[in-house]
Order: sequence, then C-alpha cells, then structure tokens
Amino acid sequence: MSSKPVMPSSTDTTVSRRGFFMKLGILFNGFAAMVVAVPVVGFLFSSVTRGRASGYLSWVPLGSIDKFPEGETRLATFQNPYVMPTDGKTVDTACWVRRIAGDKFQVFAINCAHLGCPVRWFQQSGLFMCPCHGGAYYRDGSRASGPPERGLFEYPYEVKNGVLTIQAGELPTPGAAMASLCTEKPPCA
Amino acid sequence: MRMIAKVGEWFDHRLQLAAPIREAAEHPVPRNTASWFYVFGSAALTVFILQLVTGILLALIYVPSAGEAWSSLQALNHQVALGWFIRAMHGWGSNFMVAIVLIHMVQVFLFGAHKFPRELTWVIGVFLLLMTLGMAFSGQVLRFDQDAYWGLGIGASIASRVPIAGPAIVKLMLGGPIIAGATLSRFFALHVFVIPGMLIAFVGLHVLMVLKLGINEWPMPGRVVKRATYERDYHALTKQDGAPFVPYAVWKDLFFAGFIILAVAACALYFGPFGPTGQPDPTIIQTAPKPDYFFLWLYALLSLLPPSMETPFLLIVPPIAILALILLPFLSGEGEKSWKRRPIAVLTVLLIAITLGTFTRMAQFAPWSPHMNAWSGDPLPDRFIHGTSALERQGALVFQVKQCRNCHAVGNTGGQRGPSLDSVALRLTQDQLIRQVIQGGGNMPAYGNNLSPAETTALVAFLESLHPAGQAPARDASREVVLGDSDHKEAVAQR
Repeated sequence: MSSKPVMPSSTDTTVSRRGFFMKLGILFNGFAAMVVAVPVVGFLFSSVTRGRASGYLSWVPLGSIDKFPEGETRLATFQNPYVMPTDGKTVDTACWVRRIAGDKFQVFAINCAHLGCPVRWFQQSGLFMCPCHGGAYYRDGSRASGPPERGLFEYPYEVKNGVLTIQAGELPTPGAAMASLCTEKPPCA
Repeated sequence: MRMIAKVGEWFDHRLQLAAPIREAAEHPVPRNTASWFYVFGSAALTVFILQLVTGILLALIYVPSAGEAWSSLQALNHQVALGWFIRAMHGWGSNFMVAIVLIHMVQVFLFGAHKFPRELTWVIGVFLLLMTLGMAFSGQVLRFDQDAYWGLGIGASIASRVPIAGPAIVKLMLGGPIIAGATLSRFFALHVFVIPGMLIAFVGLHVLMVLKLGINEWPMPGRVVKRATYERDYHALTKQDGAPFVPYAVWKDLFFAGFIILAVAACALYFGPFGPTGQPDPTIIQTAPKPDYFFLWLYALLSLLPPSMETPFLLIVPPIAILALILLPFLSGEGEKSWKRRPIAVLTVLLIAITLGTFTRMAQFAPWSPHMNAWSGDPLPDRFIHGTSALERQGALVFQVKQCRNCHAVGNTGGQRGPSLDSVALRLTQDQLIRQVIQGGGNMPAYGNNLSPAETTALVAFLESLHPAGQAPARDASREVVLGDSDHKEAVAQR
C-alpha cells in the first residue's frame, strides 16, 4: 500500500472502465427495482384497483318480504358479499328496512351519514338517532337535525319471488360508490 | 474481576465502541441544564422502550385476525397469567407516552430549544409526535372491539371526504370494501413493523443530534440567538461552565425514568387494562363508540363545528397545523430563547392547551349525544307531576314515549343535546311551544308527522306546566286581546 492508485481528476472527462461498470451496475439495479416495483405496487393497491367501478357491489338477499310488516322499520342483517377467511364476524352487516307498502321499500345503511356510527330506530318518535354526535333522521331517512349534511345512505333494492334483495358490499361513506346509487334513481324511495 | 476486564477488552478490541460511548457519556453540558425541566426527552425514550418490551410480550399471545383478535385479548385478560398486567402496562404506557411527548414538546418550545442550530432536531421531533399519535390510533384499532370497529368507520368517513381520491384512500386504509380481516392485518403491520421501525430510526437521529449539537443551554432573558455567533458562544459556555453529562446531569434523568416506569406500573395495577369492550360484531348496534383520551378533543370538535365547516376544517387545518410546526424553527430560528421574553409563545401554548383541555373535558360528558335509553330509563321526578291535571299527565307520558327525554333533560336527568326543559314554560308561550314541537328547528327534528293533535295538545299542556313555583309562564299579551281566552293561562299561573 505504498503507492496510491491513480485517481482521475474532477476535470477529466474520460470514463474509466470501473467507473463505467459502476454506473452500469446502478442502472441495472434501477431496472431490477422497476421490475419488482410493478407487482409490489400492484399488490399494495389491490384493494383500490379492484374496487373501481363498484367492483365490490353485488346483490344480496335480506330474506322474505313477510319478515317486514308494512308501515314498520325493522333491523335486518346480511353477509357482505366480499369475504376473506380471517374476517370473522365483521362480514355480518346490519341495515334498517322500512316497508312502506307492498313491494315499496326503503333500505337504509346502519351508518350515520356524518361519521359512520350505527344509528338506532325509534319507532315511537319515528326517528333514527345517532349515539355519537347526535345526528337524527326522519323515518324516510331524510336529515332531521344534527351534524349530518345529508340523509341516510340507501341501498338499491329489488323484490323477486317475494325475496327482498339489496345491492351492497361497500362501507357506506360519503365518498363511496353506493352513497350516490340511490340519490337520483327512483327505485330506492 | 480481572477475568471480566479481560473479556471486556477482548470484545472492545473487536467492536471498538468503548471510546465513542465514553466520549458521548462524558461530553460537557452547561451546568444549568442539569435541571428537572430537562428530563422529559429521556422519559419519552424510557416509555418508548417500555412499549417495545410490553408490545413484544403481547405479540406472544395476540392474534391479528378479525375473527380471533378479540378472543385472544380475552385470553390475555383472563387466561394467561399476568396477561392483564402486560396489557394494562402497554395501554397506560401509550397514554403516558402521548402525554410525555407533548410535555417535552412544550418545554422545548418554551425554552427556545427549537432555534438555530437545532431546527432539524425539532422537525424530526414533530415527525416523532405524529408517529406517536399514529401508534396511539393504530394501537386502539388492534384492541379490536366495538370502539375500534366504529372508530375505524369514523376514520374511513373522514378519509372519504378528501376530494377525488377519497374513496381510493378509504379502500387503501381498510384493505377492502369494508372494515374486516384485511383492515386489522394492515393496522397490525403498521403498528408492529412500519411505524416502530421508523420511530426507532428517527429516535436514533433525534438523540444523535442532541449529542452532536449539544443540549440547549438554560435560556437567559437577553441572551439572543444569532446564527453567526451562537455555536462559538455555546462551546465557550460548555468549556467555562460545563460538566460531564454523566454523572453530573444524568442522575435526574435516571430518577425520573424510574419514577415514570413505576407510575405506569401503578396505573396498570390500580386501573387495569383498557377493554376490550364488546365484540366487533357490526350487527350489535347498541353501542356508543368513543375514542381513547388523546383523540377525545377531536370527537368534541366534530360535534361542535357547524356541519358546513366540518369537511374543510378536517381537510385543511391538520396539514396547516403540521406545516406550521415544521416551519416554526425556520420562521423563528433566531432571537430570544427565554419564555420570559416571548409572551406570544407562552400565550399560544396556553391557548392550545386550554382549548384541547376544554374539548377533552366536554367529550367526557358528550352533551351533544342523545341519551339513547333516557326515555325508557330515566324516571320523571315527582315534583313535575305532583298536582297536575289528567291532560298534563297524559302529556308527560307523550314526553317520555316520544323519546323527547333522549335530548331534553328534566330534573337533571335525560339528554343534554337540547335545552333542559325544567322551566321551558317561562321561555316559550303556548303558541311557540306548539310551533317548536310540530315544526322543529334550531337543531330539533319536526314532530308534526309523529304526533296526533291530541298528543300535541297533551304534550304542550305538560310543557306549559314546567316552570318554577311562583313564576308565571310566558304569555302572549296580544292573544288575550284578540281571542280573549286568558282563563287557561291564568289558571296555570295561579298554581
């Protein structure tokens, strides 16, 4: 180690063999990183890409319409259509079913339109009340008072062969695909 | 002893760590920093290590599966020897950690320690605070009970309000379309791998910078920080009036660290573990979720903000607050350090502390939440029905049955969402009562569709009887002139 290796000076524009290989090595690793990044990013965002264009929504039965007396609002439960093996009880979802008359229904999400707490139905006063921040809704789901800026979320429904089915599969939040499913279309109300 | 020394030498010959460690331990610090005010940083580090240890212990039993997490917590509480104590230590440790990190931050700010050349130490400290809060929230999720489940729903609802990207953020956060197994698994990954890894790296940097730049000297009014001269002055100070950190100053850190560990253990022993509350079953809707104490202020804020301001506030204020904290040392990197010469700094800290404290206190009572069982559970005190007419009693029944009590207190029981009605008859005339009941307004739902005329008459008659003895109820003078029906009112007033 008596003699120092000759280092190219900073003004030297020639590229040494080893310097070139180092840069090539960095480039090669960059390429490898990109190849790996595609599946990594794809995996990381899989829950988002699948959910595009309401990919999670499907029709689920709530049971015979005879379970729901006319003029009353009852709690119903269904299993979320998208299930993973470790979900446990969390796939069971509750909703409020209001049978107006005959085949005319309204199916409300349990989640308050404010921040998603479970609203409770009070038959006597005809109100849904939220225990969290005090949102209240009328029997038709429209906003009565409190912090919510809109009425309860509604599931689109169908009655086929006496069975009530709803289109569900997503947590109802103000931005979710299902939040706008029922705002314009008449079959919900 | 010679044997131990020899083994030590053998290792140090290879590791070569003894000299730099000794140098770091004995680096000179200004004498006046050996103060009880300077112990919070090391206390935060102590609690962090405690959290690492108890966290690893919990991971020996805990199962991060939506189907089994709750029952594994039950096993920790009831089946595994001292599992409850380790859970309690971890839970109380998190409360202590948030509190100590905040106290540390306030002390650093009031002593001007964020100023030149310690700006980056402060900025990293801000990230450490955010990560600590991230650990607190994700930890609450891992306690996978009803509060955790609905708390996630609240988080998703807030995230979904982000323009355009909202729905995607929600699905990324939940790992799917709903709160389920994938949600818990990713919060587990965050709480156990991602955030702790970053915390360890950032804590390392934070402490390294304290060693390299030196601990902030005790601020003296009038001793002004200037970029050109500060570092020279500081080194002169440590030379003239310095003492080795070990043992001159470290003994106070050691005592306080020991005290904090014992305090966490004492709280754990006395109060026990947090929850879990009910099972995370979304079909059990008889629940009133509440966040842990460090997010109670947010819970209060979300109830009290006008609805139209909520979304802008949630999306704009947090980024601005974080940005302000990060920019702080760059905007006030020089000048006075002493809090005695920085009244605005002191007032800002007081304002924030009082605001957060008030919101937290209010959230403990949650006057904005209806009492869901008041209508069926809270009795009407005798004095409100003593000597009343049949119609008024019928009205009292309507009042209970129609859940008015859930939002309105009578005789100090019932909800506090709406005003107490103990003396409502003094405030509103008969006509005003009818209008309010039927049309609602002022944050009260309209009951017009839900009360028959007979029920409304009875209810209003009852409400008109609610006034202190000897004080006449409100009356509409013009009505007597126009309709001449003063009999009823006078009868009520005389009673």
